[in-house]
Amino acid sequence: MVERRATLGILAHAVMVLGMLIVAFPLYLAFVASTHTAQEIVQAPMPLLPGSHFWDNYVAALTGHGGGAGSNAPVGRMMWVSLVTALVIAFGKIAVSLLSAFALVYFRFPFRGFFFWAIFVTLMLPVEVRILPTYKVVSDLGLLNSYAGLTIPLIASATATFLFRQFFLTVPEELVEAARIDGAGPMRFFWDILLPLSKTSMAALFVIQFIYGWNQYLWPLLATTSEDMYPVVVGIKRMIAGGDSGNEWNIVMATAIMAMLPPAIVVIFMQRWFVKGLVDTEK
Amino acid sequence: MASITLKDVVKRYGTGPKANQVIHGVNAEIADGEFVVIVGPSGCGKSTLLRMVAGLEEISGGTISIGGRVVNDTEPSERDIAMVFQNYALYPHMSVFDNMAYGLKIAKVPLAEIQQRVDKAAKILELGQYLQRKPRELSGGQRQRVAMGRAIVRQPQVFLFDEPLSNLDAKLRAQTRLEIQKLHAELGVTSLFVTHDQVEAMTLAQRMIVMNGGRMEQIGTPEEVYHRPATTFVAGFIGSPPMNLIKGVSEGARFIVDGQALPLPGAAPRAGELILGLRPEHASLSAAGNPGWQLKVEMLEMLGAERLVYCSAGHVLFTVRVEATLVPPKVGDIVSLQAAPDQLHWFDPATTQRIA
Repeated sequence: MVERRATLGILAHAVMVLGMLIVAFPLYLAFVASTHTAQEIVQAPMPLLPGSHFWDNYVAALTGHGGGAGSNAPVGRMMWVSLVTALVIAFGKIAVSLLSAFALVYFRFPFRGFFFWAIFVTLMLPVEVRILPTYKVVSDLGLLNSYAGLTIPLIASATATFLFRQFFLTVPEELVEAARIDGAGPMRFFWDILLPLSKTSMAALFVIQFIYGWNQYLWPLLATTSEDMYPVVVGIKRMIAGGDSGNEWNIVMATAIMAMLPPAIVVIFMQRWFVKGLVDTEK
Repeated sequence: MASITLKDVVKRYGTGPKANQVIHGVNAEIADGEFVVIVGPSGCGKSTLLRMVAGLEEISGGTISIGGRVVNDTEPSERDIAMVFQNYALYPHMSVFDNMAYGLKIAKVPLAEIQQRVDKAAKILELGQYLQRKPRELSGGQRQRVAMGRAIVRQPQVFLFDEPLSNLDAKLRAQTRLEIQKLHAELGVTSLFVTHDQVEAMTLAQRMIVMNGGRMEQIGTPEEVYHRPATTFVAGFIGSPPMNLIKGVSEGARFIVDGQALPLPGAAPRAGELILGLRPEHASLSAAGNPGWQLKVEMLEMLGAERLVYCSAGHVLFTVRVEATLVPPKVGDIVSLQAAPDQLHWFDPATTQRIA
C-alpha cells in the first residue's frame, strides 16, 4: 500500500480483524468446549469462557477413559498412527516423486513420453475414483489394518512428480554437463547437485503432503477395522454416536483440538521454507 | 599435455534422409601445448565441435583423438579434459572451494592433495579470500575465475573454453583475455577456445580455425588468416571494418565493376569473372585526377583515431580507412583511390576460394 492515510489503515485492520474472528471463532468454541464437562456444554447458552476441566478432558481423551456412547479408543494411540501415516506418506511421496521426475527429465528411454502422460493423466483421478480396486488389491495382499495398507496406496503422486519435473527442467543444462566432466555419474549428480537444489521444493511439498496424509479420512475408514489402527481423523468420527445417544462433546472437542495441532505446528515451523519453495526462483 | 587430432569429424542430428548435418568433415591437428581458437558466426558449428571434443555430443562420423588415443566412445570425465562454460555452470549450493574440489573428490584424490591443488589454483587466480563464499556472492568476473579454477585443479591434458568471456563487460573481457594468455604461458596446456569475437580470436590464438556453416574455412596463424584469407568468407569475417569484396570482370590490367573500368596496379591472376578483395586499411585516397580509381564519396564516419570513407563506383560501395588527422573529402566529391598491388586479394566467384 502506497497510501499512508490513518482512516484507510484503520479500515484495513478492521476488515482483517473481522475476517480473523470469523475464521477463529469456531476454533475458539471448540477449545472452550474441550474445557468443560459434557453437561455444561449441552446447556443453552453454551459457555463462552474456558472452564476448569481442561486437564481432565485431555487426559481422558488421550488414555481413552471418556465414557460416551461412541467409541472410546485412546487418542494417544490414534495420534501416533496418524503421525506415522502422515510422515510415511509425506516422505514416501517426496522420495518416489523425486526419483520418477529424475528419470523423466534426465534419461532417454523407450516410451518416455507415454510414461509421462500416464503419470499426468492420474492427476485427474482422485483416490476416491480408484478406491474399490485399491481396496481389493490391499485386502488381497493382507495389508488391511497395517501401516503399509494405510500409506502405500497414497504414496504415488502425480502432482509431486510434476512439480519436481518442472523444477528439474529449470536446472541449467550446463550444470549437468559440468558434473559429467567432473566425473559424476547419474546417481552422484542426483545426490550431490539435484537434491540440494531441490531442498526448498521438498520442504514445500513436505508441508502439503504431511497435511494431506494427516487429513486422510475415506481411505483409512476402509482400510482399518481395528481400533488400534485408527488415525485420529477417523477416530473423531467414531466417537460421535449417531441418533439421540449422548455424546461426550467435551472429549470429542479435546480430540479435535489435538488433531489440529500437528499440522498447525508443521505449517508454523516450516512456513518460511514453504513460501520460499513455492515462490523461489533462485537456483 | 597432449595433441588433439580431428579426422573427418561429422555431426548430424537424426538419421536417414531427414538427418540434419551440422558439421561437414572437419580435419585439424592441434599440437601439444598449442592455443587454438575456433571462431565463426553463430550457428556455424563451433560450439558443437568443441562439445564433441569434450564428449558432450556424440560423434556421428570420423574420429577425435586426444594424446594419440581415440576418444570417440570415452566418457567426458575420462578424456582428461576440463571445460569452462559460457555461463560458468558453477554448482550454486557449493562454496567456491567445493566447486573447485568436486571433480577431485569424485576422482578420490586424497584430501590433503585436493586442499593443496585448490589453494594453488586460488592463488594463481587471486581467489584465496573467496574460497568459502557461494557463487551467488561473487561478481561475474570472479565467477568466471572460479570456473577457470575448477578447470585448473583437475590438471587436465586439454582445456576447452566455450565462449567464456561473452558474459563479461568490455573492460573485464580485455583483462581476462590477458589473464588467459598469461595462464597459458604459465601452464602450457593444449587449449581449444571457442568464440564469435574476432578480436578475442586474433589476440589469443596461436592458430585459429575459421568456421562457417559447419565447414572449416581456414586454419592458420592470425597473420596468415588476416593476410592470406583462404575464402571470401574468411576475408569478410576477419578484419574490422570488413574487407571490400568486389565482383567484376578482369580484362588485362583493368577490372570492370558495374560498367566502370578500374585500372589495376598489376595484372589480375586470370581473365574473366573474379572477386577482388581490398582491406579498407590498405587503400589510400588522394585528389581526383591522380592515378587510381575515380570514386564518388557517399558517406563519412568518424571513429576517433580514424575515419571511414564510403565511396562508390556505380552501385558498388568501397570502404576506405583514413587517419582522422587528414582533411577529409566532402560527400559528393570525386576522389582517387590507390591500392598497393601486394594488398589485392583475388577470389574465384564460383568456389569463393582464394586464387592469389
